[in-house]
Amino acid sequence: MVNEWLPVFIFMIIMSVVVFVILAGTAFIGPKRPNPVKLSPYECGVEPVGEPRTRFSIKFYMIAMLFIIFDLEVIFFYPWAVVFKRFLSGSSFILIEMLIFVGILLVGYVYAWKKGALEWQ
Amino acid sequence: MTQTGNIILDVVIIVIKIVIVLGVNLTIVAYLTLAERRVSAFMQDRLGPNRVGPAGLLQPIADGIKFFTKEEIIPAQSSKLIYLMAPSFVLFPAFLTYAVIPVGPTFSAWGYSFQMEIANLNIGILYILALTSFVVYGVVLAGWSSNSKYPLIGGLRSAAQMISYELPLGLSIIGVLMIVGSLRLSEIVNFQTHLLWGFLPRWNVVLQPLGFLIFLIAAFAESNRLPFDMAEAEPELVGGYHTEYGSMKFASFMLGEYAGMITSAALMTTLFFGGWDFPWVNESALGVWGILLAVIAFSLKTGFFLFLYLWVRWTLPRFRYDQLMRLGWKILLPLALVNIVVTAIVMAFLA
Repeated sequence: MVNEWLPVFIFMIIMSVVVFVILAGTAFIGPKRPNPVKLSPYECGVEPVGEPRTRFSIKFYMIAMLFIIFDLEVIFFYPWAVVFKRFLSGSSFILIEMLIFVGILLVGYVYAWKKGALEWQ
Repeated sequence: MTQTGNIILDVVIIVIKIVIVLGVNLTIVAYLTLAERRVSAFMQDRLGPNRVGPAGLLQPIADGIKFFTKEEIIPAQSSKLIYLMAPSFVLFPAFLTYAVIPVGPTFSAWGYSFQMEIANLNIGILYILALTSFVVYGVVLAGWSSNSKYPLIGGLRSAAQMISYELPLGLSIIGVLMIVGSLRLSEIVNFQTHLLWGFLPRWNVVLQPLGFLIFLIAAFAESNRLPFDMAEAEPELVGGYHTEYGSMKFASFMLGEYAGMITSAALMTTLFFGGWDFPWVNESALGVWGILLAVIAFSLKTGFFLFLYLWVRWTLPRFRYDQLMRLGWKILLPLALVNIVVTAIVMAFLA
């Protein structure tokens, strides 16, 4: 039997070719008649005003940071969940362990909530 | 047969499977766009596209040709390289996820054990989650590299929404993993083929109803569909992160979105509705007909969830952005945690 990841690598190679053909094909087939107005940024037909890359709400950074923290904690659940049933037969230590972990997670969650990080104005 | 001969046979079968899966999925994506327009029309008491071919069945092909022959516009102010690469970041992972979804039971023919999925990975679910997270890069890079106002706002909103709902999505699956004890999708399906109390199919939706509900909502938000399609809210954002894209590059985002819908529908089927399991029937005892039955059962369940996507689109109004964030962070996330704790305690009591 071959490595179980081999099909994934073959799929990746085939998919790269498909994506390349799709994206490069349209560049060759389509007409090319560019003009300055056509290539200007879309702003409902009006002349673009100001820099497009302006400052945006701090909330997006906040969400991204919270996501990284919580996503790491979610990942820690996965190995635990897989072995949970097998370890449960001996003792309920794995259950208590998890409750402590959820408790720590909740402290951070409640802190973020109380600080208003989850509010979106 | 020799060792090398076996490996060549394996590789040939893998390639054939990939071509079939890719072909079927591209066809489904194409016809899903048509189905969406026809179903939308039906729900709004219109006709929908019915001119190209019988009942409009050739419409997706006409659309495809038109997309290919459209002029490719690269806006003058854009960051060219990233702008050109962004669609592939969406398209590439969207189709790769099908590699691990089993559409039928493993069976033996001519002394060869044949799997009904491309790759039977021992970390199947992590593989899918990793690839679906990858789509966020495509969205945010597309929004940023266009260097225009609407795409930037749309891309940011979309990225924030997708990462917010990834947490409940990931947490809702954990209940299933605890019950099954494996990340391998084929084992998750095998677990569900048995009966509960002798008459009820032991599908995970019966054991994890709350988990399924959270997964459903989060999957809708992940694939940027209504009622969560804030990124594309036409009245305020024109088109969202793909405003500046044209021709096949625009179509790539659409293909990615629809492929994501199929992935979610197939995942809901596999994780919560028994996958290829047809209840009260032992597929592996029926030979070829069992395989056929399994594939049909899988297709019907997936088809139902695809229809649900279209159904919900014309039933529920769009959320406001702050409501969306509140639902994700303040309701679904704690609910998913409660679900895990309750499942763990119940399992500890039953053990």
